Amino acid sequence: MDLHDAQAWLTNLTNELSVQFSKVPGSAILLRYVKSSYQDDPIRSAVELFLFLFAVRYLLAPSYKPQSNSFVKLSDEVPTQSATHNLPSLTIRQEIDELVDDWTPEPLVAPQTALEEAENEKRPVIVGPTGPKSKLANGRTVTNLASYNFYNLVANETLKEKAIQVLRTYGVGPCSPPGFYGTQDVHIKTEADIAAHLGAAACIVYAQAFSTISSVIPAFSKRGDVIVADKAVNFAIRKGIQISRSSVWWYEHNDLKDMERVLEKVVKEQARKPLTRRFIVTEGLSENVGDIIDLPKIIELKLRFKFRLIVDESWSYGVLGRTGAGITEQQNIDARDVDMIIGSLAGPLCAGGGFCAGSEEIVEHQRIAAAAYTFSAALPAMLATTASEVINMLQTTPDMLLPLRDNVKTMWTQLDPRSEWVRCTSSIDSPIMILILKSDIVSGRKLTIGDQEQIMQDVVDEALANGVMITRLKSMPRGQHASAKEIGWELQPALKVCLTSGLTKKEIERAGVVIRHAITKIMKSRR
Amino acid sequence: MLRRQMNPFASNNASATTATITVLPLDPPPPYSEKPYIEKLEGPRRLSSPKINKIANFFITSPKTKSEAQSAATALKLAASAPYQGQLNAPSPQIKSPSLSLPTICLSTSHTDEPPTTLWSPPSHADARRKAKEHAQFAPLGHPSHRYTSKHVGKEFPEPLMDEPPYYYLLTTYISYLILIVFGHVRDYFGKRFRPQHYRHLQARNGYAPLNSDFDNFYVRRLKMRINDCFSRPITGTPGRYITLLDRQSNDFNLHFKLTGTTTETLNMSSYNYLGFAQSEGPCADFVEEQVKKYGMTVASPRGDVGTTELHLEVEDLVAKFVGKESAMVFSMGFATNASSFPALIGNGCLVISDELNHASIRFGVRLSGAMISMFKHNDIKELEKVLRNSIAQGQPRTHRPWRKILVVVEGLYSMEGSMCNLPGLIGLKKKYKFNLFVDEAHSIGALGPGGRGVCDYFNIDPCEVDVLMGTLTKSFGANGGYLAGSKAMIDKLRLANAGSIYGESPAPAVLAQISSALRLISGEVIPGQGEERLQRLAFNSRYLRLGLKRLGFIVYGHDDSPIIPVLLYNPAKMPAFSHEMLKRKISVVVVGYPATPLVSSRARFCVSAAHNKDDLDRLLEACDEIGNLLQLKFSSGNAGGALPLPEGVTADMEKEWKRTAKPQDLIEYQRPRWKLDEILKRGVQDVKVPLR
Repeated sequence: MDLHDAQAWLTNLTNELSVQFSKVPGSAILLRYVKSSYQDDPIRSAVELFLFLFAVRYLLAPSYKPQSNSFVKLSDEVPTQSATHNLPSLTIRQEIDELVDDWTPEPLVAPQTALEEAENEKRPVIVGPTGPKSKLANGRTVTNLASYNFYNLVANETLKEKAIQVLRTYGVGPCSPPGFYGTQDVHIKTEADIAAHLGAAACIVYAQAFSTISSVIPAFSKRGDVIVADKAVNFAIRKGIQISRSSVWWYEHNDLKDMERVLEKVVKEQARKPLTRRFIVTEGLSENVGDIIDLPKIIELKLRFKFRLIVDESWSYGVLGRTGAGITEQQNIDARDVDMIIGSLAGPLCAGGGFCAGSEEIVEHQRIAAAAYTFSAALPAMLATTASEVINMLQTTPDMLLPLRDNVKTMWTQLDPRSEWVRCTSSIDSPIMILILKSDIVSGRKLTIGDQEQIMQDVVDEALANGVMITRLKSMPRGQHASAKEIGWELQPALKVCLTSGLTKKEIERAGVVIRHAITKIMKSRR
Repeated sequence: MLRRQMNPFASNNASATTATITVLPLDPPPPYSEKPYIEKLEGPRRLSSPKINKIANFFITSPKTKSEAQSAATALKLAASAPYQGQLNAPSPQIKSPSLSLPTICLSTSHTDEPPTTLWSPPSHADARRKAKEHAQFAPLGHPSHRYTSKHVGKEFPEPLMDEPPYYYLLTTYISYLILIVFGHVRDYFGKRFRPQHYRHLQARNGYAPLNSDFDNFYVRRLKMRINDCFSRPITGTPGRYITLLDRQSNDFNLHFKLTGTTTETLNMSSYNYLGFAQSEGPCADFVEEQVKKYGMTVASPRGDVGTTELHLEVEDLVAKFVGKESAMVFSMGFATNASSFPALIGNGCLVISDELNHASIRFGVRLSGAMISMFKHNDIKELEKVLRNSIAQGQPRTHRPWRKILVVVEGLYSMEGSMCNLPGLIGLKKKYKFNLFVDEAHSIGALGPGGRGVCDYFNIDPCEVDVLMGTLTKSFGANGGYLAGSKAMIDKLRLANAGSIYGESPAPAVLAQISSALRLISGEVIPGQGEERLQRLAFNSRYLRLGLKRLGFIVYGHDDSPIIPVLLYNPAKMPAFSHEMLKRKISVVVVGYPATPLVSSRARFCVSAAHNKDDLDRLLEACDEIGNLLQLKFSSGNAGGALPLPEGVTADMEKEWKRTAKPQDLIEYQRPRWKLDEILKRGVQDVKVPLR
């Protein structure tokens, strides 16, 4: 090992390197720059060195996770390392292990209450087809005023035949979400049919009516946007609003004065902030109360305050208007004035699925952004064509809607003014009659919501015992361990009587008497 | 000639070859298949003798006699490769070229298993059409050996190995996105100035905020719109073995599409039709028809009111028995099953630990429930354990009270990865940490396990170990909707607490009939043997295609038995290219990119079905081979499988030893699988039945 040799080699290397370096284009400029800047400015050199060292330290530092302030450090022994560790960990119990052993979770579901058990037990099971007269599993045949079989379309032979034809070409399920080869020509046709019926520009069909609006709202309304909604809106709308994380303002049910007040307040409060999307969400025909909105007035308000309007027509599409095209037809409004119309094909139309109609832009946006559309399989072809077929029937033979309206009137005469216990909150145009206990009785007897629920269940049971099947409006399911604040508006327990054109006037009258007597009997027996 | 041969590739024995040559001039190849023909010639060139090569080359280069040259060359190629193909394990003689028209395939395959007889008379026209339709929905089984049982073998959970492409491809992928984004912004910059009408919907006007923010819309407008024709292709008819696309075209760069009125029948590698129940004929459809006649189209009421018929109870009973739980409930939509069930199970003060790749419906449901959410890396049991320990020890945030419940949510089979959850590992952790386990079997039910009963069945684990089993009825059973199965106490409680059953429409009788008949078929209650055949064909097909793709050199994700086979493409431009090339070969595939996958790993996804047979998969492999060469997709390094067989005399046990001692140049060859197509087809059937390598 000769020192001279090493030195010579080193010099050689430096020479070689400097030659190579000078060959690189621009190296002279760099060299000059470095020389001049460091000669004149030792502080700068120090700063740069410091920055360089900091960068090295930063790059070499282990990655860390931001932990919340309340994170408590506990002694832990990562189980996979226990084999390599030897002495102390074997003797000292670790804190985390102890906490794990201590923790006992609640059971996944709470045990059933007596009322719940009874409800599960009593739920009627229909044998054979659903019809105006349905056969139950206990062998009795009852008058069915509980199904949404308004025009008795379930028994329609033409619809069945058409559906079977479709089955023989399309099978049952489309086996794919619409984005991946799940859009069938029948869906395109159904969408066009609905849009034409409503007079809207475009339409999109979902696979389930209940999920439709819960997906439509969050597709457009995001965090920071504003939603003004009716207090009594149905459960699906509530969930849609919840998941959108928008700020929501409620107005009293179907109170346009209050709505105007809220809109004014929102506009005033938002005036200084950047413009956000604003929506009014309401139902054409309320599911929980049964009354109808004044659409022309709402449209006037919406235009005045520059809100977009989302109307849930799940219960009015197929019911209101001359051809059943819903509230826009009934109140002579152009469907294009409403930004989004959401409806059900599963309710009055007796097919399946839901839809949202609006401008082309609104519909196309949902095809990528609405969760229930993109992440779910498409509607079975049979149900889509049945919907198309029913829409066609409604338009060509609007007379089919008339017997139902007569039947509703007949039932009203039996119940509303004549019963001293209940009153009907629903509109005379709605085939679903919502009957609640009169307010003086509720306050006079100090009935809680639970009491009223029990009464309604008893009435339903009593009517069924007398051969008339009706149902009741169930209180909305609460989130588990939800605080009272989150629950908000609570509906008043009610009876639900769903009329059908499949029964004669006589039969309706007889059923009305049974219901009235059942109410009287229960109310008297509770005294 | 008994067999109607439409194509020279369709035969594999010497006598048939001579017959085919005479047929050739009558059957010129369709115009677009020109390229594949030439490429095919390149395939065997390496195999066959140099003499034939020369002749083939000679013919190709003479343009005048091109079509004749091709037929002659193909005939030569056939003659040369006949000895190879003669050894094929393939039961049916066809190796189909994509140029074949589909109905003809069905007709010819339908006769392959009949013994040759001179008394053969052609089927009547109606008969032939019916048969063709049937086979377009469900292919006849080529050979009884094309079956396999989907079952976990060995002890260890097989962690799927994730292969990575050379850095070149990752780099170009990032650069591609960069170019797309820069280009998009340039277009926006000029567009907003010169064609403001196209951007009006993204700007506030008359006091209304835009429905879509400019920023959120950028990806859709500038990246997705370019390849929009690969998505949402409309179809008609049954999505069975073949799927009929409605042809469409766009004159405004994919903004609007116009149907041209024509249709294309393609091989369906896209639908979740795992067990092939998407059929409009057969026992299921017959039963559905009967039930529709009886019940009508709907029951016109939610389950909570009066929407329960004895058909519902029967189906719920069948589902519960099928998945091995006490009780079950069915819903009319799979998405809503998750969306409405989580709020009924958990709430404030509960913790959900969710796999990072869980489906959107799970996220939707959990967000609605109000529970806290934490996540763990996909299928990473160790990280899950860390999260569990930390969560239990720390309790709820801020208050440090213990959690009321902890629910771990995983999917049985992940729809974009093709990987299964590590159920044995989860069960082990569950015993220690006392959490509840929710398994979403949307894709695994019907598709995994010797009895098709999902992941529990596959790993031979008692379903009682899992608290909640959820699944869809859309996929394997060809119906629609979802189910939830668990203990009787739980289901009874959920019937009252679940919004989906209080408000959601009750499943339609037609859908229930499909489910019930499908379940009965699978469990062998009706037509014994058919259900088993479907399950075993699916398992065989999944393994066969996966092995074939790996051997061709593709990067494939997921477990060996999974019927979801994602093939990695990486570069964004390869998505539309792959989709279009496949469509040219009359195969419909799904391509997915960001945001459904991480930005770099765009992929094409094949969904295998029991309705396919080996011929279909061979056709797909051939197409993949060609497209893989064309688009440079064969970049696997070999560590995820598809390796060449071990040399003579080396057994699986000796593999490690051999790897250490073998010469380096041997090893490189051994590591990067780039098999020839006919070698894959030849060895596929036997190799599928042993552990894949």
